[in-house]
Amino acid sequence: MITVKNISKSFGDKLVLDDISLSFRRGMTNLVIGESGSGKTVLMKICTGLVEPDAGEVLFNDIRFSNRSEDIRVDIRKDMGVLFQGGALFDSMNVEQNVMFPLNMFTNMSYKEKLERVNFCLNRVNLNNINKLMTNELSGGMMKRVAIARAIANSPKYLFCDEPNSGLDPVTSEIIDALILEITEEYNITTVINTHDMNSVMMIGQSINFLYKGQLWWQGNSSNILHTDNEELNNFIFSTELTKRLKNNK
Amino acid sequence: MLKTIGDYFILIGQTFQRPPKFSIFRRQLMHEFYNLGVSSFGIVSILSVFVGAVAAILVAYNTDNPMFPEELIGFSTRQMVILEFSPTIISIILAGKLGSQIASELGTMRVTQQIDALQVMGINTANYLILPKIIACLLFMPVLIVFSIALGLIGGWAACLLTNIITPYNYILGLRSWFDPFSVYFALIKTEVFAFLISSIAGFIGYNVKGGSVEVGKASTKGVVHSSILIIIFDLILTQTLLT
Repeated sequence: MITVKNISKSFGDKLVLDDISLSFRRGMTNLVIGESGSGKTVLMKICTGLVEPDAGEVLFNDIRFSNRSEDIRVDIRKDMGVLFQGGALFDSMNVEQNVMFPLNMFTNMSYKEKLERVNFCLNRVNLNNINKLMTNELSGGMMKRVAIARAIANSPKYLFCDEPNSGLDPVTSEIIDALILEITEEYNITTVINTHDMNSVMMIGQSINFLYKGQLWWQGNSSNILHTDNEELNNFIFSTELTKRLKNNK
Repeated sequence: MLKTIGDYFILIGQTFQRPPKFSIFRRQLMHEFYNLGVSSFGIVSILSVFVGAVAAILVAYNTDNPMFPEELIGFSTRQMVILEFSPTIISIILAGKLGSQIASELGTMRVTQQIDALQVMGINTANYLILPKIIACLLFMPVLIVFSIALGLIGGWAACLLTNIITPYNYILGLRSWFDPFSVYFALIKTEVFAFLISSIAGFIGYNVKGGSVEVGKASTKGVVHSSILIIIFDLILTQTLLT
């Protein structure tokens, strides 16, 4: 479980996160939703240690992670997998080398064992026989899946996904969502997903946290999000023409 | 300005740490040897031969007087090539090639979140990405400069042969006259300093890129300009301290 306690963060005069406290539960997909600029990405960067909070702390299973030296954080980092918005695959490496990278860095497995693990992870994300392809030969959906394979290669306890559906078509988005949900439940991972894709919210929103202007505005799940009377959340959910029409026709 | 210098030294401190896995460091180093070193042989060869030839012709043109012995052309060409042309001018050329290559590679990795991905895994990114580049430059640039010196002197000899400014025999006689081995040590000391400046400054600028492709382009230019200026400044300092 990941606990976020009273996190605040400013950049210059701009307050991006204002006293955020929430928990991300294990074995569940924990969504952080909100408009662009609401502070989702900054919150994820604080959780992954890429940005330090001005106040508050993040705890991984009650172990403090924020504002600590890298020597202490490295053990928690080894249990983290991160899926970045653009995939962040290493473009000087092929698919196999990308997925094998965390195994090379943090394990003493033999090459044969590592290759077996790589093939298992690639198979798990429904990619086969692409080991030797370079990253620039992959489609957007394949890149995301390879990034997921890399993120789970070292059997993480925590998986962070920053807008996993950005730039993908609806069909591929749904495949990625389903895959993240399956992996989360199968390996009992604490998964945190930043998104503003309403389809993802409805499909994998086991726990939903809505951020509005840097504050935690609403918490719930995919079952009760459509019935909320929270005005800002409703404006967010029903902001597109499609969702407005669906709401009016229900 | 002071903050930038401080950040530079902090990054250098993070870079010069023991790599966690030597096998991975060795693989990275071999990659950089090829990427930064071996791939530079072509441009170094062409420049060295032609500038060596031009140096010989220029010396001959300026010493066109029976008072000067013909060997002076070989001697002067050798001194120019060893003391200044190969270590300094070739280093400035390499600052253009290697500096932009390092800055744009790291800058692109930064803006595409590849460095963030490494950092999240708990890897010392400065050590993993910049150290192999610095070590590769420190080990390979002296090889390139010695190669450049040899080709520059051959270029001078070829100019003598083709233009008949002096006989190749007198040119070689000049090359062998009044030789002080310290001039080669001086060239290698300068090369080591320049190699460190090029790789560390370009690495620092590329590593700290913020923004997108425009900033990567600017970082690439900045890497070349800053390292070239510092090469010239350190050339003066080293020449003053080591040769006087």
